[in-house]
Amino acid sequence: MSYTAFQALVKRDLRLFFQDRRAVTMSFVAPIVIGSFFGYLFGGVNNDREMSKIKVASVDQDGSAISKRVVASLTTDKTLDVSARGLDEARELVRGGKITVAAVIPKGFGDEAARALFRGTNKPQIELLYDPSHGPELQMVRGMLMQHVMEAVSGEAFSGTGARRYLDESRKEVARATGMSESDRKSLSKMLDSIGDWNQRPTAATAGASTGATAGVFSMPYEVKEEAVTARKGVAYNSMAHSFAGMCVQFILFMGIDAGMVVLQQRRTGLWKRLQASPTSRWTMVGSRAASAAIVAMIIMLVVFGFARVVFGVKIEGSYAGFLGVCLAFALMTATFGLLVSVLGKTPEATRGIAILVTLILVMLGGSWVPAFLFPQWLQQASFAVPTRWAVDGLDGLVWRGWGMQEALAPIGALLMFAAVFGAIAAWRFRWES
Amino acid sequence: MLEVKGLHKRYGDLVAVEEVSFTARPGEMVGLLGPNGAGKTTSVSMIAGLLKPDRGEVLIEGGLVRSETDDVKRRIGLVPQDIALHDELSARENLALFGALYSLRGKPLAAAMDAAFDVAGLTDRAQDKVATFSGGMKRRLNLAAALLHAPAILLLDEPTVGVDPQSRNQIFSNLEELKRQGKTLVYTTHYMEEAERLCDRIIIIDHGKVIANDSLAAVRRMVPSVNILEIGVENPGRDGWMGGLRTVAGVVAVEWDGAALSVTVKHLLEDSPAVLMWLHAHDYRCTHIASQRADLETVFLTLTGRSVRNA
Repeated sequence: MSYTAFQALVKRDLRLFFQDRRAVTMSFVAPIVIGSFFGYLFGGVNNDREMSKIKVASVDQDGSAISKRVVASLTTDKTLDVSARGLDEARELVRGGKITVAAVIPKGFGDEAARALFRGTNKPQIELLYDPSHGPELQMVRGMLMQHVMEAVSGEAFSGTGARRYLDESRKEVARATGMSESDRKSLSKMLDSIGDWNQRPTAATAGASTGATAGVFSMPYEVKEEAVTARKGVAYNSMAHSFAGMCVQFILFMGIDAGMVVLQQRRTGLWKRLQASPTSRWTMVGSRAASAAIVAMIIMLVVFGFARVVFGVKIEGSYAGFLGVCLAFALMTATFGLLVSVLGKTPEATRGIAILVTLILVMLGGSWVPAFLFPQWLQQASFAVPTRWAVDGLDGLVWRGWGMQEALAPIGALLMFAAVFGAIAAWRFRWES
Repeated sequence: MLEVKGLHKRYGDLVAVEEVSFTARPGEMVGLLGPNGAGKTTSVSMIAGLLKPDRGEVLIEGGLVRSETDDVKRRIGLVPQDIALHDELSARENLALFGALYSLRGKPLAAAMDAAFDVAGLTDRAQDKVATFSGGMKRRLNLAAALLHAPAILLLDEPTVGVDPQSRNQIFSNLEELKRQGKTLVYTTHYMEEAERLCDRIIIIDHGKVIANDSLAAVRRMVPSVNILEIGVENPGRDGWMGGLRTVAGVVAVEWDGAALSVTVKHLLEDSPAVLMWLHAHDYRCTHIASQRADLETVFLTLTGRSVRNA
């Protein structure tokens, strides 16, 4: 292999790439812009961005103390933006996408819910009208509604203004109940009497014993303490790290396709004939192309992550050597992927569409768009068969999970293996003749 | 010296080149003539090592090209039919790249580039991007790029397509100078007048076969009617005069275009006096007499039955 020719061809490729404004825009600006956008969507820097509230309509057809308490409780929830609406208006707003969920509390809900708390039968229904394109939000609203309804119903049933009535009704139910053992009947009656006695305490005493709004009310029996586990304690998760990794992988692969397209286009021109007529080996030709594409890929990664570092504070929390190793291995994989495109493709026109489709599938399976943990289990396993999964996981691991060099060896090894296979096929299938 | 022996190339059922053989010596320019699709470019591609022939071989100064990196390839310079330059790079960057393909670097490369720019008349435009060049300038640079490594044999595949007359003349001068320097040149074209001006030997190819391979003079002699008399007649048009002329011994054909008479004779010196005497005897007054040789277009027409440009 002629080093002079190799060097000249690499230099030429780099000059042509950096003179091509479209290529530079696609390779540098696009991953930065789109990575920033996705990073912002998924939490922004340090996840301190206020999440948008879920728009909920409350339709209170009951107007009871319990239903009013439910609505008031929902309204104070920080994750919900609750507005009171009529049924028809709420349905129309959901249909038009203005409201995500409408909770319809039917007439008689308060009484029936309080009774159902003791009897466990004849439960009233709360109707949830929801926008089907917001499935995850529905699940969130359902969970929150359960919490607020439990607090409101239990509070009203045990200590509210109607508590005595519900207790009297329950005592009669227990006395009338057939098939209940006498000892159970006594125990239940005693429990209801105790609740009644507790509710009869002097108001001042009650006020003294009740600290907070949940006195005498069923409330969540636990509190949650959350900790995002990152590279080490005190290092906050920066969602820009994953989005920049994902977009970097995607647009570098596009650059790889473009590198392959250039070869296909050159094949049609006299330039290819001039190359072929010279004493240039296929190894020089293929190797220089791979080297220039790998250099461009490395530059893109360093620039994009450099931008993320300066603007969004994305730090390499893991091994620097490991990070550079994953970048280099991915750059080589991309370069050989481009070569593969150039030797397997017939014409630029016929190849471009297929190559982009394949790339998008690789990017999708690699977890660049949505994290791989959202995939079904079988797909999570299957996605290890694509190089992008190793690249995204490797970059994630080294940027914010704080991987060491030893952990980086797996993605580096996998990416190099893909590069070797792609490169070998490219060299094997390379033909000077069109 | 270039020796082409029995080259044969087939694409499916189509025989693109069939048993093409010829030799080109140092200081000689061989013209490969033929219409588009005749097999010229395929032949040149096989000679340059771009295409592997099904049969036959090419000897470059006695050596066969045996591998991609064979040193024999350094003795060939190829000027492709397409402009083989990077528009986005400067002329100097282009030449530096092509020189590097032949392992030229440093001072030898700089000297070779300077010489090539001098030949192309582009020294003052060396730093400009090729995209800013005219078609003729690009063609000249295209030629210069093939000269960097000082090849002994230059293959020129239609190097003047789309070139303005000024650039064409400069390219012709360059080629004549290269011939004087002892280079072997193989020139493909379908412009017969170019071949007539430049080439020492003509090879006419049609449907992949060589149908003529000789010196320019010898190829011209292949046409039966090699001479045409053009005679201006002051008082033409009497009935039967064309028929009468055709009866004159040695006359092959007679045409009247309204201003001049074209009389094709078998032998200019032997047959012309009889034509002139017949006109004089029938009181036709001649205003001028001129003779012309059959050109290559006529030769091609005669040999193939079709015009080279309409083929």
